[in-house]
Amino acid sequence: MGFFIKYLLSILIFFPLASVILLLFINKRKEGLLRNLATALSLIEFIFSLYLFIYFKPNMYKFQFVEKFNWIGAFGASYFLGIDGVSLFLILLTTLLTFVSLISSFRYIKDHVKEFFILMLILETFMVGTFASLDVLLFYLFWEFMLIPMYFIIGMWGTGRRVYSAVKFILYTMAGSLIMLFGLIYIFMLHYDQTGNFTFNILRLYNTHIPLDLQILLFIALFLGFAIKIPLFPFHTWLPDAHTEAPTAGSVILAGVLLKFGVYGFFRFAMPLLPRATLILAPIVIVIGVIGVLYGALVSMVQKDLKRLVAFSSVSHMGFIMLGLFAMSAISIDGSILQLLNHGIATGALFLFVGMLYERAHTRQIGDFGGIAKKAPVLTTLFMISVLASIGLPGLNGFVGEFLILIGSFKHYMVLTIIATSGIIFAAVYLLWMFQRVMFQGITSSKIESFEDMNLREIITVLPLILLMFFIGFYPMPFLERIDPTVLHFIAMVGHRGYIHNLTKLKTGLSNA
Amino acid sequence: MGAKDIIAWLIPLFPFAGWLLLGLLGKYFKGYAGILASVFIVISFIFSSILFFIVSYTHGFTTTLYPWVYAASFRTGVSAVIDRLSVVMLVMVTGVSAIVHIYSIGYMQGDKGFARYFSFLNLFVFSMIMLVISNNLLLLYVFWEAVGFCSYILIGFWYEKKSAVDAGKKAFIVNRVGDFGFAIGIFLLFITTGTLNYETIFTMIPSIPSITVTAIALLLFAGAVGKSAQFPLHVWLPDAMEGPTPVSALIHAATMVTAGVYMIARFHVIFSYSQFASEVVLTIGTFTAFLAAFIALTQFDIKRIIAYSTISQLGYMFMAVGIGSYTAGIFHLISHAVFKGLLFLTAGSVMHGLSGELDLRKMGGLYSKMKITAVTFIVGGLALSGIPPFSGFFSKDAILADVYNKGFYFAWIIGEITALMTAFYIFRLIFVAFFGESNVDPKVHVHESPKIMTIPMVILALFALIIGFLGIPPFNKSVFYSFLHVAFKNAYNFAPFTNNAPWYILSLISVLAGLLGIFIAYLLYIKKAVNPEKIKNIFKPVYALSYNKVYIDEIYNFIIVRPVLGFSNFLWKVIDALIIDGAVNGVASSFAFFSTKTRKIQNGMLMSYVLTLTIGVAALLFYFFIR
Repeated sequence: MGFFIKYLLSILIFFPLASVILLLFINKRKEGLLRNLATALSLIEFIFSLYLFIYFKPNMYKFQFVEKFNWIGAFGASYFLGIDGVSLFLILLTTLLTFVSLISSFRYIKDHVKEFFILMLILETFMVGTFASLDVLLFYLFWEFMLIPMYFIIGMWGTGRRVYSAVKFILYTMAGSLIMLFGLIYIFMLHYDQTGNFTFNILRLYNTHIPLDLQILLFIALFLGFAIKIPLFPFHTWLPDAHTEAPTAGSVILAGVLLKFGVYGFFRFAMPLLPRATLILAPIVIVIGVIGVLYGALVSMVQKDLKRLVAFSSVSHMGFIMLGLFAMSAISIDGSILQLLNHGIATGALFLFVGMLYERAHTRQIGDFGGIAKKAPVLTTLFMISVLASIGLPGLNGFVGEFLILIGSFKHYMVLTIIATSGIIFAAVYLLWMFQRVMFQGITSSKIESFEDMNLREIITVLPLILLMFFIGFYPMPFLERIDPTVLHFIAMVGHRGYIHNLTKLKTGLSNA
Repeated sequence: MGAKDIIAWLIPLFPFAGWLLLGLLGKYFKGYAGILASVFIVISFIFSSILFFIVSYTHGFTTTLYPWVYAASFRTGVSAVIDRLSVVMLVMVTGVSAIVHIYSIGYMQGDKGFARYFSFLNLFVFSMIMLVISNNLLLLYVFWEAVGFCSYILIGFWYEKKSAVDAGKKAFIVNRVGDFGFAIGIFLLFITTGTLNYETIFTMIPSIPSITVTAIALLLFAGAVGKSAQFPLHVWLPDAMEGPTPVSALIHAATMVTAGVYMIARFHVIFSYSQFASEVVLTIGTFTAFLAAFIALTQFDIKRIIAYSTISQLGYMFMAVGIGSYTAGIFHLISHAVFKGLLFLTAGSVMHGLSGELDLRKMGGLYSKMKITAVTFIVGGLALSGIPPFSGFFSKDAILADVYNKGFYFAWIIGEITALMTAFYIFRLIFVAFFGESNVDPKVHVHESPKIMTIPMVILALFALIIGFLGIPPFNKSVFYSFLHVAFKNAYNFAPFTNNAPWYILSLISVLAGLLGIFIAYLLYIKKAVNPEKIKNIFKPVYALSYNKVYIDEIYNFIIVRPVLGFSNFLWKVIDALIIDGAVNGVASSFAFFSTKTRKIQNGMLMSYVLTLTIGVAALLFYFFIR
């Protein structure tokens, strides 16, 4: 057990890869076996990841489960893993959503079953690796590798203009990543200039002294990489296309995990590496985030395609998260981190339901539905709970995060927070209106007449997410008490939000440069 | 946790358990779902009554169930405040809920969503109880929204009917508009005081700058305007009548819609320290009371008439809390809960007897066929009209007397005119529906409702008859006042009494106003001294204004709904698809363009490659030379 706990992060990274090797030996025609085995393995991975939660010490900001080995000594690159209260939950989210999306794919994926499950497991390795890496080079490798399986998942198992969407997705994010890589390497070189040591160790790079003018430029570089990933308005247009054409599992992972990397990047890299630029540029980022809140909500309102609607709602939700993160109060950042999980849970669930509707009716057009409630009460109930979680109804998870973000941001960004708060009205409008047209009213189409309710597999798929919605809504303490110390440490590192009022020095620094 | 604490938490526990049980396993309970749900609520009512006596004879207390949201300096628990105000509310909420639950067993008999109905009704009672006992604003906000959700889901209970689902959605969204203000009020309160706990906030209020207190109070009031359907956010309540009638009785008359009044009474410290905010409350209340009564004059849908009357009566309650007469406001809240609950239940009984008919023009002469319904309805109507000895007389007069004696003469006059209109419209309904010749569709077999419905009606009618005596004038010497006014002892006396007009003169004026309204209705609809059509033609524009609900829905549709949808479409089709994505695709296609051009260089001819290479090397050398 001691070994298992000590190397748990490595085990979590490489277990899915090992599973892939096992799957390779199975005949591709044994689709049932492949499905069951891959899903079972992803469940084991999830159970393993629960040990992270069990053995993670709350009330501590230091990195835990640290593993460090020399990797490429010449560059100072090391195999350096560790998690804090933020990456802990993001890894748990990843392993849970991978399991959920695999079990959701039993009916949806009919061709190239073996390849699909293998790619999903490979993707899991990269995702967990990205969250666990504390070495910039290692992080970047995992980060880029993630794109490859996702590209194929959209391009091969997608619908409609899937190749266009896949290419758009990969070009967009690659472009951002390259600029980001440039920024990271620049910091690496600066650190070398100052200390004479090559290191990709992020904890050491935090100590790099970077002049303010350079910080601003580097921040812009990292911003582009992360903003595209989130995606922030106006870098979001890859998202609706990718989401709409991706298979259900792809959408779930995309919304549930991949979008989180952008925010995580800000949290782990951009903000602590470039604290002064962060404080100066925060208002701009927040403005962009708040525009996203309203923009995403308004555009969602007029969508006719269910998946596109949910995709744009992500733009809105991520805007809230950016507001909380850059408002730089402990309360709002706590809220943002919690909201990362909430968004993964709620939006993941929404995509699962849209997938179920699509599997039954072979359409995603809102206008083609109506009256499903009569035929499928279980589906209606669970779908409604997910919709309400996404709206931020109190008692469910979304509310706690949203409320903390807003109440924490209000002090320093009063007007912007008020504008963002109006987003809660629009969220109710677009989601309830959608739900009404799809699930309620009279039955309009013959397809709905033969509509089946959820089967046991589908219920198992969404049940963990539904239970989490209630759990976090009623009792968020197990989450908050682990996130909070990390966030407090983060604020100490980036600089207290109060500093920004003392900007005169920084501003003269800027004009001199 | 002591015994008191356990009793306090058992009150919400039973409806919560009922919700879970019926929500998950409802179909196995079949017809017993209603009985089970009702039993749970009755148990809740018994515990509430026990708690009421405990608090009457000892002190109030606060109790914490568990720590809820702890994030940095933000700390809130799931905690309850049990004081005189909350126990009064608890007894009323659980009592009326129990009666409505029992009535619903009969009313909803045979509906295919029987278990679903009771599951949500239990969830509502749970949420309402929690709203009443919360001791911090976060918890209050949670259940403020939760009761709104129950209202949404129960209005749209018959989800196959588009109008019902539309009404539910409208209720939810309009309420969210109010809650938007409410939420910002909470934020402002938090950054001003650093806490959301009532007690701590109240001790700090006197030392906070009055402009901040005013802003907080007005923002919180925005939430009340939404929840309690006051102008300009009243538009959802009449539409909410699409829901089952017992729901209208419980949620949209007796309990949820009064949450706004309760909230202001609960936050009396905040509101009393801002005279301006209180005057806004008074103004909105007075105006709404008048406006809604004016609209109710000409409607034909009996449930909508009663709904407008609810809006109007809520206006009276806001008048009371707006002049700092919190006890009078709560008294009217309780008495209104009884008689308005009664009016809705009897209206439901009328519907039940007429196979769902709501149109006044298709009724008439019902008295002989449904005597219990008619008599109990008239009791409710008399209480609403403020005729002694029914409860509305005592509670409404307690408010109007204070309005007069605190010197708000204009509000008082509006209040009296509204009282006249109120008596008129409710007796117009009574006379046309229950008396005169029958216009009922001959195919409909008119019948009295079963006992499971009429007994709850009779119980409420009895209460409408006796509950007023708790407030025998002069109000400030009555039982109710002496019990409750201590809950408001920390209020700042911003509106002291300026007159001392004797209560019997003021009451006499009110009673005369009520009787006059009834008399006019009698002349028009029983005596037929004047043909109502004639009056309608004389006051055509005024009639049209009232009949069309002052066109407020149309105005909102024109200035809000359509522009927002248009703007959203513009964002999507022009900004998103054309400009941003156009730019992205433009970059992509320009790459494609240049790569097709540059592809020509890669022509496979060795000679051209060598040439390019040579030129390149030469250029590099040249560069290094001149450097």
